[in-house]
This record gives sequence, C-alpha cells and structure tokens, in this order.
Amino acid sequence: MKRDMNHHQQVQALELEALTLGYPTASGLQVVLSDFSLSLAQGEIACLLGPSGCGKTTALRAIAGFHPLQSGRICLMQDEVGRAGYQLAPEHRNIGMVFQDYALFPHLSVADNIGFGLYRRSKHEREQRVAQMLELVGMKALAHSAPHQLSGGQQQRVALARALAPQPSLLLMDEPFSNLDVTLRERLAIEVRDLLKQTGTTAVIVTHDQQEAFAVADRIAVLAEGRLQQWGTPMQLYHRPQNRFVARFVGEGMMLRGQVGDTGQVHTELGVFKPDALPDGVAKGGEVDLLVRPDDIQHDDASPLQARVLAKAFRGATFLYTLALPTGQQLLSLVPSHHDHAIGEAIGIRLELDHQICFATD
Amino acid sequence: MNSLADKPAWSVLWLSLPTVVPLVVVLGSWLHPQPEVWSHLNEYVLPAVLKNTVLMALGVALMVSVLGVGLAWLTAVCEFPGRRWFAWALVLPLALPGYVLASVMVGLFDYSGPLQTALRSTLGPVSLPPIRSMGGAIVVFGLVLYPYVYLLARQAFLTQGKRSLEAAQTLGMPRWLAFFRVALPMSRPWWVAGLTLALMEMLADFGTVAIFNVDTFTTAIYKAWLSLFNLPVASQLASLLALAVLLLVWFEQRAIAQRRYAANAVEARLERLQLTGLSRWAAFAACALVLLMAFVIPVLQLSVWSFAVVRNDWDARYWGFIWHSLLLSTLSALIVVAVGLWLAYAQRQHPGRLTRLWVRASTLGYALPGMLLSVGLFVPIAWLDNQLYPLWQSWGIDPAPVLKGTLLVMLLALAARFMAVGFEPMQAAMQRITLSQEQAAHSLGLGRWQVLRQLFLPLLRSGWLGASLLVFVEVMKEMPITLMTRPFGWDTLAVRVFEMSAEGMWDRAALPSLCIVAAGLLPVLFLIRQSER
Repeated sequence: MKRDMNHHQQVQALELEALTLGYPTASGLQVVLSDFSLSLAQGEIACLLGPSGCGKTTALRAIAGFHPLQSGRICLMQDEVGRAGYQLAPEHRNIGMVFQDYALFPHLSVADNIGFGLYRRSKHEREQRVAQMLELVGMKALAHSAPHQLSGGQQQRVALARALAPQPSLLLMDEPFSNLDVTLRERLAIEVRDLLKQTGTTAVIVTHDQQEAFAVADRIAVLAEGRLQQWGTPMQLYHRPQNRFVARFVGEGMMLRGQVGDTGQVHTELGVFKPDALPDGVAKGGEVDLLVRPDDIQHDDASPLQARVLAKAFRGATFLYTLALPTGQQLLSLVPSHHDHAIGEAIGIRLELDHQICFATD
Repeated sequence: MNSLADKPAWSVLWLSLPTVVPLVVVLGSWLHPQPEVWSHLNEYVLPAVLKNTVLMALGVALMVSVLGVGLAWLTAVCEFPGRRWFAWALVLPLALPGYVLASVMVGLFDYSGPLQTALRSTLGPVSLPPIRSMGGAIVVFGLVLYPYVYLLARQAFLTQGKRSLEAAQTLGMPRWLAFFRVALPMSRPWWVAGLTLALMEMLADFGTVAIFNVDTFTTAIYKAWLSLFNLPVASQLASLLALAVLLLVWFEQRAIAQRRYAANAVEARLERLQLTGLSRWAAFAACALVLLMAFVIPVLQLSVWSFAVVRNDWDARYWGFIWHSLLLSTLSALIVVAVGLWLAYAQRQHPGRLTRLWVRASTLGYALPGMLLSVGLFVPIAWLDNQLYPLWQSWGIDPAPVLKGTLLVMLLALAARFMAVGFEPMQAAMQRITLSQEQAAHSLGLGRWQVLRQLFLPLLRSGWLGASLLVFVEVMKEMPITLMTRPFGWDTLAVRVFEMSAEGMWDRAALPSLCIVAAGLLPVLFLIRQSER
C-alpha cells in the first residue's frame, strides 16, 4: 500500500524551505529575500518573476550554489545541498545553468562548448551525446563554428544545449531571453518550453517579463519587496491574485471601489457582486476594491451603462480604452479594433466578471 | 567627404626612415660577405650564442608566464589578505632595469658576496651554484620582465570576469580544472602578447647578459663592433637578431588580432573567489616573495651600498652623469611626443592602408634591439659623413666627422626605439576625440592648424603627459644605444652603472642605479594610477 502511495506521489526535484538570502555590507547584512519557500515536482517548469532588485537572481544563484544561505534549506532530488553555513559546490549539484550573457567559451567551437560538461565521459560517448544535442537544438550545420559567428538566438540554443548535455536534474536559466530581439523572444520562449518538455527537464527560469513567464512556465513565483508574493499557475496569478501587488504587477487592470453589504455582497457603480472571500478585517458597511481586468469589460452599444473614453492605445487587433465612469472612477477595456471611438465619446459597456477578487482599500 | 582621406600621408613615410633604414642596412649587410670572419664565428661564437639565446628564451618564457599569469590570476580573481595592495605593488619591478637587478644579485650572491661569505664562515666550505650563469640571467629576466605578462593577463582576467568559471562549475568542473580549461585559454591572446614583449626586451638586452657573462647576439655585436671594428659583421649579426624579433612581432600581432573574439561582456560587479584556510596565506606568500625578490631586497641593497659609498664617490662628475641623463631623456621625450602626435594625427586624417602601414613601420622600434638600431643608423651616418667630408672642408669646418659621434645619432636611435611608447597613449587619447567634435571646430571656421592647436593639444593632455613621462624614463634606463653611440666621454647614469659593474664594483654601481630606479618609479606610479581609473 505504501508503494502504491509512492507511485502516485510525484518526486520533488527542488525544495526551498524558508530561504533567507542577503549580501554583507559595511553596516551588516542586507537581506534581499526572506522566508522564501516552494517546491517543484520533477518535469515542471517554474518562473521566478519580479521587478529588478527583488532578489530573483540571487535566489537562482543560491540554488546553483554560488550564493550562501543565511537561513533555510535547499534540497535537490531530496538531497540537502545547502543550509546556513553549508553550501555544496556548484560542480557537485548536477545542475545546468544558462547565463544571461550565455557565457559561451569563446576559445571553443559550438560542438566543444556543448561537450564541455562531458569531460569525464569517453570520447565516443561524448561525441554521441554532442551530436544528439546538436540535433535537438537544430545546430548541426554550425557544429564547428566559433561562438562569435552565431546570432543571439543561436548562441542561446548552444548555451541551452551545453547546459542540458550532462543531463542535469535541474536546469536554471537567468533572464534567458533578455539579450534577444523583442520579436524573437516569444517564439524562442515557446521553443524552449517545447524542448524542456520533450526532454522532461525540471527548470527554474528567472525573468522580469510576465509574457515570457506566461509562455514558458507551469508555475510562477512572484517575488517583490524581498518576499514571495504568490506561487501559482499563470491562470491563478492572473485571475486569482492573492494581493494588490500581484494584481497590479501581473496583467493590466483597475480597481473598482465597492461597499460590503449585509450578506457579504459588494455594491459597486457597475452592479452588485458576490466575491468568494472578503479581505481580512473588512466588516459590513466597509469599503473594498474589486479587481477589474480589461477583458472583463465588454463593449456593448445596447448597454445602459455608459462610460466616456479618456484615452486609447491602438494594439493592432484591439484598442485598449481608458474609460471614466460617471463618478470619475476609471476602468480599462479591451475592444476589437473595428470599434474606433473618439476621445470624449461615451460608449456602452457591460461587465462580465468571472473571477470576483477584492482587496482591502489602500 | 574628406579628400585627405584617400591620399597617403607622405610625411609619415619620412618619419618611418629611422626604423626602416636600420633594418634595410643590417639585412643589406650580406652584400658584403665576410667569409673569413664568419668561418671563425661559425666555429667559436655562433653555436654558443644560438644555444644561449634559445635556452634563455625558453627559460624566460616559462618564468614570466608562470609568474605573470599566476600573480595576475591571484590579484584579479581571488580575494586574500593584502590583495588590493599587491595588485599594484607587483608592477613596481618595472622600475628596475635588468642590469640593475643583475648587479645587485651578483653582488649579493657571488662567491665573494655577503651571503656566500656568511655561509662559509658558519657552515664551512659550501658553495652555491654560480650566480653568474645562464640560470642567474633567467631568474633576473623573469623577475624584471614578468610585469609585462602580469599587466596584460590581469586585464584579461578582469574583463573575463567570473562568469565563464561559473559556467564551467555548473557543468560539473571543479575550479582548479576550470582555470586550466577555461580561464587560461581564454586569456591567451593577452598573455601571449605580454610574453612576446618580454622576449623582445630579453633579446634587446645587453647590460644584464654582459654582467652574467652569457654570450648572446647583443654581446657578439658589441664585440664585433668595438673589439674587431668590423661593422659589416656587426650588422650581419644584427640581421639574425632582426629575424628573431620579427618572428616575435608576428606572434604578437596574431595574438592581438584574436582578442576581438575572446572578449566577453564585462560584468558590472566582479565578485572575487574567496580563498580560505591555507590557500589564502599561500597566495599572500607567493606575492610577497616575488615582490621581495624583484623589488624590496634589491632596492634596500642598493640603498645600503649607496649610503656606504656616497661620501667618497659623489663628486662633480656625478652632476655630469645626471645632467647628461636628464638632457638625453628630455630631448628624446620631446622628439618622441612631437613625432608621436604627428603620427597619430596623420593616421586620423589619412586613414588609408598605406599611411597605416607607414605608421606601423615608424613605431616598430619597440621590437628592434638598441644594438641593431645603433649599428643600422651608424653605418649610413658614417657614410654620409664621408660623402660630406669635402663639403665640410671647403666650408672651413674641422674635418673630423661632424655627424657621427654627436648627439644626433643617439637621439635618432633613441627616438626610433621608443616611438611606440609615445605613440600608443597619444593615439588612444586621440580616439576619444570624436569626428563630429572635429567637424564642429571646422564648421566654426577653424583651419587645420588651429584645430590641432586648440582642440587636439588640450584634449590630448593626458596622452602626451603620460607619453613623455614613459619615454623620459625608458631613455634614462636605456643602455646599449647610449653605450654605442654616445659622443666620446659623454657618460650618463646608465653608462656609469655599466662601467662600474664591468669592473665588478657592485657597491659603486649602486648609486647611479638608485638614481635610475627612483626616476623609473615615476611612470610606474603613473601607470598604476591610470589602471585604477
């Protein structure tokens, strides 16, 4: 029976338990991240998402073994590799890492770069694995090129192949797309996800770009102000943000002021809603803010609800309108671009709120 | 856009003559074959000279590479007690000319020196391996020349950063192995260039090998010229030296060309590897030992000797040595800076291939041994003197040679030798003046000369200050050119060091040596300040 349980239970490839990370300064330790926990099952792809300076790169470097822990514990494949005062050297962790600048070795060819981590294997084994990796990332024709002859996207593929060649139990990527053309980023992000899924690789990817995070990750950790704000799937982050920070940082949206009624319902300018939960400490008659995403506001000429266009941004297929309600409260609305309205014009809107999330007022 | 750009700068062709003519002269000397002398040389001189040169080059290459790369690695990438201080202090040995360190070493470690005397009086009849040998010369060259490799390798390690090492570590490679597999090959273009510079200095050296009694090309040229009075043979020997040097130049240029590809993005913050336990103190000891051997002990010993002899030795002649050294250094610095400025400016105005080639030729002197330049310039000047002899006579001027044996030959040779030293900082400074700044000045109605005077000269201040300082001290340290081409009786500090050491009077060579080292510290401090900026 026990075996049966194990069979269903997935192996945790990475466990972070209450990490505190910091840098020593002249005036003592400057903590950049504290009480950070998460666990990642084998084969899953996680993103650490946050604004610059939130400690996400430090966290990645701690997982790799380049940064010491102030407190907490890191386990890789259920082996402890780090705690306060102990740090297993990176070369013994069986990880792979793709650096922001790729850090390809300029004195080695593409094939030799990929084979670098296989230096303990036999020549035959190494060649076979390198050929396999070249095939996987579609760089076979450029095997003997020098890194400086490659484009940014090609360099990234080589870096990825090099990191994956020794079959690491965890792959770490530090801002892997930030050095690439914007147009290239999304395509490569999807390519990378397919490749990681195809090879069954567990990965942690650091990024500050939510589109990237949405494109690659199974689960996302939003980090800000030195703490983990939320750990969840992209859908959860977008539709069920746990706090105002996540609501603002992930996706666009505006807050609609409302008043709590007798049965926990919320009265707003756009109608009455029944959120799943009210924020702590808000009683009947108190005020809350309801999160309204641009896609929650539908344009409907027949609707009695009218809002005035304050500003508009053309996005190709859609317009993003900034609308003002009669009381002056503002909302965003995503409208197909054949509905071209002038600024100042009043348009009819309809609210379709699937996820009713509210927060305590500021 | 600029009509000047397409035309070559003819002035630069003339300015390249002081390096091109000597090369042509020594290579052309084979037109006057000297079969009898060469059969003697082939049998008695050349085998030893070739063997010594090759062995010494190998030994020096190994020693400067290990010291230079090792110390650069420690101070650039690791963290240990005293690192910041050692990082610049390890450049100090640049201030010591090889012949000064050589005279101190021989004075200290020779059979009659204080160390061996003390050993004999306490332990009875013991003897150390003889210091006046090839081994001694290799050690001295290693200690004096490693900073060339150190400076360049350090620059490479600093720009490489730690990222590549971390990449190797995430691929399962321990740090010590990553040093050999990643850091060392990646920095190769830098330290190979430093190594070739060090070997050029070694080939050019005369003072050190003369003190250690090691026969090399320079000592052979010296003997052929001053003992056999056979200029063609001296030139022919110099031509062999030229081949070795040009080979080195080729290696150097190839290394520099490879740098373009080896540079990684520079990291904003370089985190150093924290050495722990015993390795911290081993790193400290390695740096301290090299600094002691190459700088602290020699300077202390020079001071002790100088103090002992200064009362008897210091006389009116010393003012002559100092005055001659200062005069020669100042004049050379002025010439080099003026010509260097012109070269840099001409190359900017005429960016064609021909001008670039001529500028390269004009600044090739750094690779050409002083002995070669002396011979190569003396021969045509002596010929010119002979041609002009009737003319001088008809003008009623003393018919003794007018040009040869004057400061003119010496200054020409020195300027040729150190042109690169003056040109490089000037060109670096000039590259920072943008083309649009220059065009803005022209659009405001300034002519070519006005732009040069009002825009370039003030903006290039740091360039020509640094250049003149470096040339000043290089000339002060210089020995072979001064020795070979000075007017009779016109002695400088370096010549005094040579004469005293030639007679084995190490303590009396100390006083002029100390003056040279003191002057030599100036540009080293300048260099340190610049590299910290």
